[in-house]
Amino acid sequence: MTAVAARDLTSPIKPASGGKPSVGRFSVGRTLKYALLLFFLLVVLIPVYVLVITSFKGAGDASPARAWNLPQVWTLENWQTAWDTLAPAIGRTFQMVIPAAIISSFLGSLNGFVLARWRFRGADLVFTLILFGMFIPYQAVIIPLSKLVVDIGLPNGVPTLIFLHVVYGLPITTLIFRNYYQSIPHELIEAARIDGAGMLRTYYSVVLPISIPSFVVVLIWQFTSAWNDFLFAVFFSSSQNGPVTVALNNLANGAMLQNYGVSMAGALLASFPTLIVYILLGKYFIGGLMSGSVKG
Amino acid sequence: MFRKIRHWGPPVLLISPTLLLLGVFVYGLLAVNFKTSVTDAHDAARSVGDAPTTFVGLRNYFDLLGNADFQHSLRNLVLYTVVFLVGTMAFGFLWAWLLDRRVRFEGIFRSIYLFPMAVSFIASGVVWRWLLNSNQGEQALGLNRLFQMVGLGFLQNNWWNNVNTGIAAIAIPAIWQLSGYVMALFLAGFRGIPEELREAGRMDGATEWKLYRHVIFPQLSPVALSAVIIVGHMSLKAFDLIMSISKPANYQTKVPAVDMYVLKSSFDYANAAAVGSILLIIVGVLIVPYLIHNHREGKS
Repeated sequence: MTAVAARDLTSPIKPASGGKPSVGRFSVGRTLKYALLLFFLLVVLIPVYVLVITSFKGAGDASPARAWNLPQVWTLENWQTAWDTLAPAIGRTFQMVIPAAIISSFLGSLNGFVLARWRFRGADLVFTLILFGMFIPYQAVIIPLSKLVVDIGLPNGVPTLIFLHVVYGLPITTLIFRNYYQSIPHELIEAARIDGAGMLRTYYSVVLPISIPSFVVVLIWQFTSAWNDFLFAVFFSSSQNGPVTVALNNLANGAMLQNYGVSMAGALLASFPTLIVYILLGKYFIGGLMSGSVKG
Repeated sequence: MFRKIRHWGPPVLLISPTLLLLGVFVYGLLAVNFKTSVTDAHDAARSVGDAPTTFVGLRNYFDLLGNADFQHSLRNLVLYTVVFLVGTMAFGFLWAWLLDRRVRFEGIFRSIYLFPMAVSFIASGVVWRWLLNSNQGEQALGLNRLFQMVGLGFLQNNWWNNVNTGIAAIAIPAIWQLSGYVMALFLAGFRGIPEELREAGRMDGATEWKLYRHVIFPQLSPVALSAVIIVGHMSLKAFDLIMSISKPANYQTKVPAVDMYVLKSSFDYANAAAVGSILLIIVGVLIVPYLIHNHREGKS
């Protein structure tokens, strides 16, 4: 009941008003609209077509004249090469992304709860100062950061990157949870307080159980952004100990003779995990996107 | 006293790790970075602390801003941002507008328009480097080849290899990736406009255009502002896509974020830090007023 009353994170886009789309009514305007929608759909899918056909083309099929044609012979060679090169990095990316997403979601939830519910003077200012961390260009911290992580004793590669994704993920996770918790009816928490529950107790027994949707949103958001991150990865890891973005960039831009087939198979491999999440849990993904617009 | 601790203790305890971490890793490091940027740490020995550095004031900033190469980066950044912003806002708005009113298969259109957002710039850069390949004629690949095939051969160009406008070509994949996001924002905006408002406008005999001009656009302006801020700040930090499609050393596509990478790689930490701080100021000019605006609204 209460979960329904809370702000619905998972469907920030309401369905169109005015009932079902009318079927069978023909008009020039409607036809033009669908033609345009279909045209843009195809344009958006062009890179996908190119990725797929090129990744299945053999070495002898690389003639520029046939660049847009389907493969003459469909082969898995490129996929095999790309997989052999990227598999270890893909494994490391999972090792990095899963703990990073879980830890930063949990911290974000605690922060969001505190900032949404415990009003103190300057709470909004604290929140704004936290938010600022989301927008800074990381280029402005990387020079001292690279020294600091060495001083702390974090090894290059996965451990450093987990730490960085947690720390620099705090603003966005705090933001999403705070907005969500502010929409929970206040009476719910008051009731727990009157029953004598302390803050931690209230969080654990009242707030946490109704936070599942926002946890899904935040986990997906953090999973996707850490998976796709290149900036931290290129400064704090190498293709031997880093995530798949660095390995893929090396594969595609490396000394090896430019082989588009292999790089495109690699690009698809590197994108599957986030694409699968997007396809299966798209509505939660959109929930995260929308909360990026600060006020949510 | 005890009651006070009971009241304040838990929230302070819960939030202090975050405040400490962000205090150090955001604000502390921004300050240290600035400190490095006003030294002469231009080589490996002085950058890693093996040799003493000297305070040089804002000289690195003046040198950078007076340097034609860096001015080119700033100019590229402006061009990239303008093309990226105009492109995403135009497509995002158009798609949202097309989808707003009772479209069949809306979910499918929406999902496909938005899917590039789930892909990394590094992965999409692989295919866009092929699409934006500068070969022409017999050797043409990608879009140049496509132009030939559909009889628009005159449109062939060298894309990101053009010294003056190459960076605008890199904005094309960025538009491809982010337009769906802007669409989602606008669509939520459209759907947030109460139907009664439109009805009232129509009752008053407003034409479609007037309805948009006086009812719908004003209602959408907060969404548009959010979109500009989000896309704008992403654009100012442009890095991944350029690294993936072009090369860091390529003059035609360099921007400050790429310069910072090159400077750090060559152990010129002072200038790398200065470029970082310059980027911070540029992003800050966009973001700080927005955050203050939201902060004030949150209060009232």
